[in-house]
Amino acid sequence: MSKVEVFRQHHFEDVEQQHEASWLGMWVFLATEVMFFGGMFACYFVYKHWYLQAFAAASNHLDIWLGAINTAVLICSSFTMAMAVYSAETNRAKPLVRYLLLTILLGLVFLGIKLFEYHSKFEEHLVPGSSFKFEESLARPAEIFFSFYFAMTGMHAVHMIIGIGLLTALVLQARRGRFSVVYHTPVELTGLYWHFVDIVWIFLFPLLYLLGRHV
Amino acid sequence: MNLSEIERREHYLNVNYGIRSWLFTTDHKRIAWLYLLSVTVFFFIGGLFATLMRIELLTPQGDLVQAETYNKFFTMHGVTMVFFFLIPSIPNVLGNFLVPMMIGARDLAFPRLNLASWYIFILGGAFTLMAAAAGGVDTGWTFYTPYSSIYSNTHVVLTVVGVFVTGFSSILTGLNFIVTIHKMRAPGMTWFRLPLFIWAHYATSIIFILGTPVIAITLVLVGLERIFRLGIFDPALGGDPVLFQHLFWFYSHPAVYIMILPAMGVVSELIACFSRKRIFGYSVVAFASLAIAVIGFLVWGHHMFVAGQSVHASMIFSLLSFLVAIPSAIKVFNWTATLYKGSISYDAPMLYALGFIGLFTIGGLTGLFLATLGIDVHVHDTYFVVAHFHYIMVGGAVMGYLGGIHFWWPKMTGRTYPEIWARLAALLIFVGFNLTFFPQFVLGYVGMPRRYHVYPPEFQVLNVMSTAGASILAVGYLLPLMYLIWSLRYGAVAGANPWRARGLEWQTPSPPPTENFDRTPTVTEGAYAYEKDPEEIYTLGKPAHV
Amino acid sequence: MDLGVPLFPEQASTMASRVDALFFFLVAVSVFFVALIFLAIFVFAVKYRRRAEDERPQPIEGTLWLEVAWSVIPFGLTMVMFVWGAIIFFDIHNPPDDALEISIVGRQWMWKAQHPTGQSEINELHVPLGQPVKLMMTSEDVIHDFYLPAFRIKQDVLPGRYTSMWFEATKAGVYQLFCAEYCGTQHSGMIGRVVALEPAQFEKWLSGGATGVSMIDQGASLFKRFGCETCHRAGGTNQGPSLAGLFGKTVKLQGGNTVTADENYIRESILDPRAKIVAGYQPIMPTFKGLVSEEGLLQLIAYIKSLNTAERKTS
Repeated sequence: MSKVEVFRQHHFEDVEQQHEASWLGMWVFLATEVMFFGGMFACYFVYKHWYLQAFAAASNHLDIWLGAINTAVLICSSFTMAMAVYSAETNRAKPLVRYLLLTILLGLVFLGIKLFEYHSKFEEHLVPGSSFKFEESLARPAEIFFSFYFAMTGMHAVHMIIGIGLLTALVLQARRGRFSVVYHTPVELTGLYWHFVDIVWIFLFPLLYLLGRHV
Repeated sequence: MNLSEIERREHYLNVNYGIRSWLFTTDHKRIAWLYLLSVTVFFFIGGLFATLMRIELLTPQGDLVQAETYNKFFTMHGVTMVFFFLIPSIPNVLGNFLVPMMIGARDLAFPRLNLASWYIFILGGAFTLMAAAAGGVDTGWTFYTPYSSIYSNTHVVLTVVGVFVTGFSSILTGLNFIVTIHKMRAPGMTWFRLPLFIWAHYATSIIFILGTPVIAITLVLVGLERIFRLGIFDPALGGDPVLFQHLFWFYSHPAVYIMILPAMGVVSELIACFSRKRIFGYSVVAFASLAIAVIGFLVWGHHMFVAGQSVHASMIFSLLSFLVAIPSAIKVFNWTATLYKGSISYDAPMLYALGFIGLFTIGGLTGLFLATLGIDVHVHDTYFVVAHFHYIMVGGAVMGYLGGIHFWWPKMTGRTYPEIWARLAALLIFVGFNLTFFPQFVLGYVGMPRRYHVYPPEFQVLNVMSTAGASILAVGYLLPLMYLIWSLRYGAVAGANPWRARGLEWQTPSPPPTENFDRTPTVTEGAYAYEKDPEEIYTLGKPAHV
Repeated sequence: MDLGVPLFPEQASTMASRVDALFFFLVAVSVFFVALIFLAIFVFAVKYRRRAEDERPQPIEGTLWLEVAWSVIPFGLTMVMFVWGAIIFFDIHNPPDDALEISIVGRQWMWKAQHPTGQSEINELHVPLGQPVKLMMTSEDVIHDFYLPAFRIKQDVLPGRYTSMWFEATKAGVYQLFCAEYCGTQHSGMIGRVVALEPAQFEKWLSGGATGVSMIDQGASLFKRFGCETCHRAGGTNQGPSLAGLFGKTVKLQGGNTVTADENYIRESILDPRAKIVAGYQPIMPTFKGLVSEEGLLQLIAYIKSLNTAERKTS
């Protein structure tokens, strides 16, 4: 049995089939994710179209700088993730672990900034619910804006947390030298997922923070 | 005696024993059994609620239960039947068992994911049953806002969580099927040699992965709105209740095709086998499945012709709805043409298949009434709709499911069911079904709205007919439960290919070995080459990996 | 022979016979195809039944012309259904200009109706024969649906928005009114009756009983009570746009968009004044949410509509 064969699960003909199946599986999963976020995006667009003014006013309460910094942080994390995949492909174990840890760190920075943003929204009474306070005549639609803000960024954050969990598992496995040039599918697939979560943010940031700020 | 014949050989059922070997199995065939047991439980729970409703509706007054209880009955009936029986029934039981076997694979691409999907299904079911046990839910299976998000005082959140969780089971199943069908076909098994059952499941999987996440997020929003009083669907808080309907039907209309497409796949197998013919217009039928899946995503607005959407939107949705009817009609014609100059036998699975064609034809044609704008305004939300979708879902999907269960029972268990009893049950179900639901078409056109606990006395005669039919139907459904269980022990040994079928799943012993095929088969012919011997179609390749 | 079992609903509106004609066309098409399929299955199943265990029929792959035929013919038939159905639907949604307008407010679990002349009814609606009647409908809580089987029409009644439908009764009698959208516990109790009367009798019914103040007058007094006049009077302070001749016009909004001043727009402007600001005005109007009832809103709208006719008369 060749070295590659060790990684073959019993029901696949060969490792290549297994690898292709994993890739396709991940892409199909991401298609599901697109529809998941797509549903929320569609709702958001409908309401934004209806309540142009209120959504603009509410959007102005978001901190555009924190959003921009977070965007930069995530783009950097995508870069480190890509480097991690590259390290696995080129059989370099130490850089692999280093890049994975760096990606986790950037993910945590993102979540930290997000948490700070949530906290300040809480203090400004911008969390939907009984304590919500906004300029009287726009309060209702603004509350809807913040409902979407929390639902969408919250759902994104959940995906980030899952991603960080996956990366942590990769680090533990990489330390034990599980990945090499012949087998690194989990690194590739987690990378794919991580990039997807990034891209969702790339859409969320302009949608919530930038578009329609001024009407 | 018989026992030794099956037990002498090692197969997926006797390879190991004990509850753990089942609860931690990753064998797609065993997971199919886990699903079979669970959906059967849900089917009879849903059936119990239906029975209680039909008894209440014997009289125009609400004399058996209170209005609120009745409302919970039809809600729980709808939720369990749609989300916990119809959607998982054929894909997760028959599909799980057969997709790898039909294409010559040893398992689904992701066996552990497959097991996970069953656990997720059970978790979702547990939430829903908890909601039922805690007092039930009364929103109707459609969860229309703002009733569900603000006004109902029942366990909406728990139910919605149950349906949400179960959705992930569908997504994982769809993902598994798509990858398996793409990547794990045996040598020579090209796309146009695939059985139509596989095409149907491929189309279904597309809906699973693209539709389910939308209902998931919609139900999350309903739940959040209920808990935190957000205003997304509540007009009092600036939201739009009709938006909910758009999102709900964006999934739930394609979900109808999730229920019917796999049944169509089953029927294609049965018609071919019991008339020993290739399916007339194979590729047309295959593409019809894909067409239904794709166009099915564009017709959701036909549930909302009277909901206040714009006249122009309604017209477009009406037009598209007529278009989606065409591929279904094409399938019916092709199945019928397949019988021409065949060699037709009337075994129980064939009776179900012929029953399916008949009832699906009626269900499909009455669907045209509902797609017709001018008529839908009158019959929308009446018993006409109830009758129509039961013709599709019970007359179609359940008939297909039962036909499939009977057909593959020998493969799954190694034993045959008692043929006489099975034919009797098929007949009872056909008669009982028509007696139950045909009067509802008349009731609907006369004007009886659905979800009515109390109704005007002039509707009573038709309702009594319906309830009488339902009691026959109930007997028809209990019979297979009993004789199939009986056959597990006492049924005659079936042999590898009792129907002399040509599908790849029949070219391996019954019950199959754990990895399905002792040697990897190579395929040289399209599906349904009934004019040839199996040996001419399949050649056995090298022994499987050790 | 009357078995007391209605197998077909009464035809009591101009729309009923049209819908039924289309219905019978579809029934005919359906019966034809069901008969065709059932007969074919039956004949094939008998004629080609298996006579020997090892029979092997000749394969037939299918023929293109048959596939085309049974795709194109059903397609043609469905297009007839589509166009025919769409024409009826279009007419259902386009009330004649001279329709008598009655307001309907649904709530869990009753129907309230108010005639322009001010009479109110609960779970009952009196209408004249031979006169188009338009219902302007809204709900106070969940979604309901106003369904008149004998007239072959229904329409969802939504909270926070107006929907409308119209009919013209053709036969005197008492007809069922159902709520057709599930609305909670007593959904099946949210029923009533529609009484179609000869015009003379209808007039008699209107003048009998407690005669109310007309909806327009009720609206006018609300208009005064809420102080709307202060800003919205032609030649007044001009802080708000004049409402004379407003209804049905296209209004220019701040930011360049336009909107048609229909019932839903006026409703929104009263309850959520800052949602759409008319170009050239300041967003200073306070909301009247919680101050004015659904009935009151309908009266105010009736009054604002009446300003159109008033204007036409003066000019």
